[in-house]
Amino acid sequence: MAEIATLADAVGELVGDGDVVALEGFTHLIPTAAGHEIIRQGRRDLTLVRMTPDIVYDQLIGAGCARKLVFSWGGNPGVGSLHRFRDAVENGWPRALEIEEHSHAGMANRYVAGASGLPFAVLRGYVGTDLASVTESIKPITCPFTGEVLTAVPALNPDVTVVHAQRADRRGNVQLWGLLGVQKEAVLAARRSLVTVEEIVDELTPVPGAVVLPSWAVTVVAEVPGGAHPSYAQGYSERDNAYYAAWDAISRDRDEFGAWVGRLTREGSARVTGKGGER
Amino acid sequence: MSYTSDEMMAVAAARALSGRQRVFVGIGLPSTAANLARRTHAPDLVLVYESGTLGSKPDRLPASIGDGILAETADAVISVPEVFNYWLQPGRIDIGFLGAAQLDRFGNINTTVVGDYTAPKVRLPGAGGAPEIAASCREVYVVVRQSRRSFVERVDFVTSFGHGTGRGDRERLGLRGAGPTLVITDLGVFRPDAGTAELVLTDLHEGVSLDDVRAATGWDLKVAPDLGRTRPPTADELAALRALKEASK
Repeated sequence: MAEIATLADAVGELVGDGDVVALEGFTHLIPTAAGHEIIRQGRRDLTLVRMTPDIVYDQLIGAGCARKLVFSWGGNPGVGSLHRFRDAVENGWPRALEIEEHSHAGMANRYVAGASGLPFAVLRGYVGTDLASVTESIKPITCPFTGEVLTAVPALNPDVTVVHAQRADRRGNVQLWGLLGVQKEAVLAARRSLVTVEEIVDELTPVPGAVVLPSWAVTVVAEVPGGAHPSYAQGYSERDNAYYAAWDAISRDRDEFGAWVGRLTREGSARVTGKGGER
Repeated sequence: MSYTSDEMMAVAAARALSGRQRVFVGIGLPSTAANLARRTHAPDLVLVYESGTLGSKPDRLPASIGDGILAETADAVISVPEVFNYWLQPGRIDIGFLGAAQLDRFGNINTTVVGDYTAPKVRLPGAGGAPEIAASCREVYVVVRQSRRSFVERVDFVTSFGHGTGRGDRERLGLRGAGPTLVITDLGVFRPDAGTAELVLTDLHEGVSLDDVRAATGWDLKVAPDLGRTRPPTADELAALRALKEASK
């Protein structure tokens, strides 16, 4: 049965220094508030895993929480670069960042293998690309039935996966809908999991296309309304496009970024000021 | 009616799509073109986005690959593993519509790094879904703004495989799709040579000279003997494109 806890207690209990941590959510339901709590609690040496590192990973990397990044696409969607990520890769600031780089198909299959209790996944992928030469976790494998050479990628089994969902009931059953990304696989692949939700309700009424993660497959549920901001939670909030745009200027400048981290850790404010005013 | 070179590019790219083609759409220029096509001459196009939507019918341009409008207007919303494993990998998609930071003379795509991988000059976002889109779609169309920086002799990093070092490489590697068959830029249209698979200029956009294209190409460009001219955007095409952009603000 999932425990219901505050976000601060949940992160304190589940995320330790040096852990392999996956925050998932494919541009929808991104668990940003949980990422901010990891920064506030000053976690270090994390191996961060995420298909699409975007603002929240830029923030975690810039704040010095990460030793390594496992990913397939790192950018500020619709805006441009992640400058904290680039600064870490290009200049080793605030510390060197090891990278393990895949394609989306590879990352998705790595979570599927992890969720399935298998050591690796097989796909037709990476053929002819330079990714296989720079990423050790991409290997050829021969089909024992047909002799065809395919690609193997190892299972991802994070120490902890964090996702955001629309709601949970009081027993900790979790319901999410809209773009589902790879959240179910990432939760089932992980040793421990934290689900932040928009609200905790008495009863989960059916929603078309929704996925339910049973309480016994989740470690901790925390109620964090707006916990996906600046991404969105379908049915609850809209994507805050102005925040993504405003992040660009903060992310470009180490001092601006430092001031942002200071406000986050001292005052708990993740807000940014840009063309659209304060977000 | 006056128009920009970006508008010409979007219109030319939209015109390349037709009928009920199933199109795997990247965000940015490909998404603009695919939605323009759906709003003009090809209303039955099936747009597939890697965020897990089959048959999205947005009435504005999605702000990101995960824009809720893609899910709300889709025939089906599926998980990301399903998109790649069930729909892309088995060859169910006709056209993969990709962008590029660098594109080389054999249509190989780089979206990973400029410079050396271990000490990059510019770290780019990375692969996303592109390597398998480039491998498994029946054909790949690339839309890219053309300059000496983007149109290079040889990409610094092969993120997504085009035609390698020439015709026959895809077959040797066992890739099932035909790879890039069409490249559309803000200056013209390129197709791989039937023999060598080297990209050859086949059409110039209106108002663009051959010298303009050569100046924006990082290799000794070959030109098709029957070089064509792209029709300028029609008033209807421009109106539809501008309405899409306006609706997306």
